Amino acid sequence: MTWETHHEFAAQTYVVTRADLVRYAGASGDFNPIHWSDRVAISVGLPGVVAHGMYTLALASRALTSWVQDPARVVSFGGRFTKPVVVPDDDEGTEVVVSGRVTSLDDGIATIGLTVTNRGQKVLAKTEATVRC
Amino acid sequence: MPLDQALAGRTFASTPPYTVSVEKIAEFTTAIGADTSQGAEVAPLTFPIVVAFRAMAALLTDPEVGIELHNVVHGDQRFAQTRPIRAGDEITATLTVDSLRSAAGMDMIGTRTEIASVTGEHLGTAHATLVHRGGGK
Repeated sequence: MTWETHHEFAAQTYVVTRADLVRYAGASGDFNPIHWSDRVAISVGLPGVVAHGMYTLALASRALTSWVQDPARVVSFGGRFTKPVVVPDDDEGTEVVVSGRVTSLDDGIATIGLTVTNRGQKVLAKTEATVRC
Repeated sequence: MPLDQALAGRTFASTPPYTVSVEKIAEFTTAIGADTSQGAEVAPLTFPIVVAFRAMAALLTDPEVGIELHNVVHGDQRFAQTRPIRAGDEITATLTVDSLRSAAGMDMIGTRTEIASVTGEHLGTAHATLVHRGGGK
């Protein structure tokens, strides 16, 4: 697979509902109640239940994997958690949008910068992957 | 109370061996909404958090360290991948506190968790910054 610098990948949109957070809590082992109890989330100053940062980062990794196809080519991947994704208690949930582009190419390694937004605001910062071309 | 600076450089006990099953990979993959129609032999990129999280518990629950769990926020997370984790791997995670900085009532704890198979093959490294409120002053 070869890309040019500044290559833009197709943005991916994922819907997040409360049921997704419950499922992720079980699969990951992170049962922090701010991810399933409005009472606890509000008591620590949040507007309500928020997604696990690692769930949002996993959605970004899902987009990355759809772009690079083979996960074995990924050398590194990560991001900083800057804003919580508030997930309402309804059937519609909220949308997380992941876009990405190649920011540099160096000696067979592509650096991909990802932008992850919810309700028009960035929720992760410095989200970046390095991938073998 | 800020955390004791002696925490920096400390390595905690490795987690007990964790056998990765096809079922566990399928559960995690489904939980992040990804496709399992091609099977679940290879774990998603962020799957190492399952064992890294267990390694983190050794740090967060150690009474001598004195971290108040409800005051901890996950600041950032990064994975360096040597190879993807696959079904059948038997893995352990070992956490080291790489850095500790206390300022303005916060402890910034830089952690590095090495993930390896029980046969000694290095699989990857998970880096996390944990922000502990209630430190400083």
